[in-house]
Amino acid sequence: MQPVISIDGLTKTYASGHQALKQVDLEISKGEIFALLGPNGAGKTTLISTICGIVTPSTGTVLVDGHNIQSDYRKARERIGLVPQELTTDAFETVWATVTFSRGLFGRAPNPAFIEQTLRDLSLWDKKDAKLMTLSGGMKRRVMIAKALSHEPDILFLDEPTAGVDVELRRDMWALVRGLRERGVTIILTTHYIEEAEEMADRVGVILNGELILVEDKTKLMKKLGKKTLTLNLQDPMQAVPTELAEWKVTLKADGNELEYVFDANAERTGVPSLLRAVSDLGIGFKDLNTAQSSLEDIFVSLVHRDKPARPSTGEGAAS
Amino acid sequence: MSFNAYGVWAIYRFEMARALRTFWQSIVTPVITTALYFVVFGSAIGSRMTEIDGVAYGAFIVPGLIMLSLFTQSIFNASFGIYFPKFTGTIYEILSAPISPFEIVLAYVGAAATKSMVLGLIILATAALFVPLRIEHPLMMIAFLVLIATTFSLFGFIIGIWAQGFEQLQMIPMLVVTPLTFLGGSFYSIDMLPGIWRTISLFNPVVYLISGFRWAFYGVGDVSVGISLTATLGFFFTCLAIVGWMFKTGYRLKA
Repeated sequence: MQPVISIDGLTKTYASGHQALKQVDLEISKGEIFALLGPNGAGKTTLISTICGIVTPSTGTVLVDGHNIQSDYRKARERIGLVPQELTTDAFETVWATVTFSRGLFGRAPNPAFIEQTLRDLSLWDKKDAKLMTLSGGMKRRVMIAKALSHEPDILFLDEPTAGVDVELRRDMWALVRGLRERGVTIILTTHYIEEAEEMADRVGVILNGELILVEDKTKLMKKLGKKTLTLNLQDPMQAVPTELAEWKVTLKADGNELEYVFDANAERTGVPSLLRAVSDLGIGFKDLNTAQSSLEDIFVSLVHRDKPARPSTGEGAAS
Repeated sequence: MSFNAYGVWAIYRFEMARALRTFWQSIVTPVITTALYFVVFGSAIGSRMTEIDGVAYGAFIVPGLIMLSLFTQSIFNASFGIYFPKFTGTIYEILSAPISPFEIVLAYVGAAATKSMVLGLIILATAALFVPLRIEHPLMMIAFLVLIATTFSLFGFIIGIWAQGFEQLQMIPMLVVTPLTFLGGSFYSIDMLPGIWRTISLFNPVVYLISGFRWAFYGVGDVSVGISLTATLGFFFTCLAIVGWMFKTGYRLKA
C-alpha cells in the first residue's frame, strides 16, 4: 500500500549534544493505526515533533503523502493534526474561539457547522462558551483534540492521548480513534499504556534510545514473541518443586498452590504434553489448569531488557 | 506562490481580541497617562515656557508624547504577543501550522502595529482637547505613524522571541527605549542643549524619529525630514533582517 508517511534516515541531535533520534526509517500506510511504544526519553515526542515541524531534523527526509516536510511544508502540514502531550491552552479563550482559531490557522475557510459537529462528538458542545481555564484536565484534553481535528486532517498524531485521563475519557478516546479510522484517517499514537496499543493499533513500533528497534504487525508480533504460561492449580500445596520436573524449569506460585510453566507457543515442542505426563506419573493432583498468552506489555518489557546490556544506561530512558 | 490568508487572519483576530479583552490596560491606561502629561507639561508648566520654533510648548510636546506611546505600546504588544505562546507552550500550534514565517510576522506585527496606531490617534485626539494643534503634512504624519509603529512592532517581536523570561521582556523597553525617548527630544528641541550634549544626542536614533514626526506637524525638526525618513527606514530594514534570520535558523523558536 502507498505509504502516507515515509521517513528515511531521520536523525536529530539537539544543541546539547543529546542524540534523540538515530537513523530512523519508517513507513506508515494510509488508514492504519500505528502505535509508537517506548520508555520516557526514548525519542517518541521528538519523532512526532519533527514530522509536524516543531523540531528541525538534523539529517534525513520525511515525506507526508509525497510532500517533503521542509521544502513543501504547507502541503505536508495541511494534512496533519497534532494533539501534543502537554495540556497547553490559552487560558482566557473560549472553547469555540480556540477551535475556530485552529481551523483558520491551518488555512481552512470557516465552517461553523463542522466545528459544532466536532464539539458535539467530543461532548464539548455545552462548554463551547466556557473559558479554557475553567475546564478540567480531561475537558482540556478534549479541546486539544477538537483543535487538532478542526481543519479535517487525514493524519492525526496523538502524543500520549490518555496520560492522566479518567477511564471514561479513555474509552471515549478509543471510540473516537476507531470512528476516525473508519473515515480513513491515519493515526499515529504514542503511549506508555501497552494495553492501549494492544487494544487499538494495527502495527506497533518500539523506540528505544532514539532507535526504532522493532516495527511489526501487532498480532504477528504477539504471536512471534508471545510466551504462553501454563498454570496448574494443585490439590495439595507443595514445599518444593520435585527434582523430576527440573528439566521444565517450573516454578511454584501462590504459596505452593500453583505450578507455573512458561513455554514458547510457536516452538515445535512446547513441552506441555510431556510435563503433564510427568506430573501425573508423580501422582501430583491438580484441580484446574489454564494457559495464558503474554501481553504486549510483557513483550515490551522483555525487549527493553534484552536491549539493556548492549547499551549501558545513560540515565536517559530505559528505566520507566 | 500560496498565501495562507485564513491563517494570518486567525492570528490577527486572536491578537486584536486579546487587546479588547484587556481594554483598560491596552487603551485607557496609556490615554490617561498621556492626558496627565498634557495637564502637567502642556497646561500647568507649558503656559510659563516660551515657544519653541514658533510652536507653543504644550503643542510642541504632542508629537513626542505620541511617539513615546507608540514606541512602548508597539514593543509591548508585539513582544507579549509572541512571547506568551512561547511561555504557555501554545506556540506548538503556530509552528506546526501550514503558515510561513512571513505570514506569522505579518499577523503578529500587523496586529501590534494596528493597536499602537489606534492608540496614537486616540492620544492625538485627546491632545486636541488640551492644546491647539495643527498638522502641516498629514500624509507624512500618517506615513511616519505607520512606519514607526511597524518598525517598533518588529523590534518588539524580536524581543519577544529573544526573551526567556518576563524580566527580559521588560528590560529593553524600560532600560533602553524609555530613556532614549526622554533624551531624544520628546519634551525639548535638541537645539536647546549645550554643544557637546547636542552632538551626543545625534547618536540617539530616537531623535530622528521624533524629529521627523514633529516636522509632519509643524514643518520644523531638529534634523531634516529626509534624514529622519532614512533613519526610520534603516531601522525598519534592520529589524526585518533580524526577524528573517531568526526564522531561518529557528533561533529560540525551534529545537
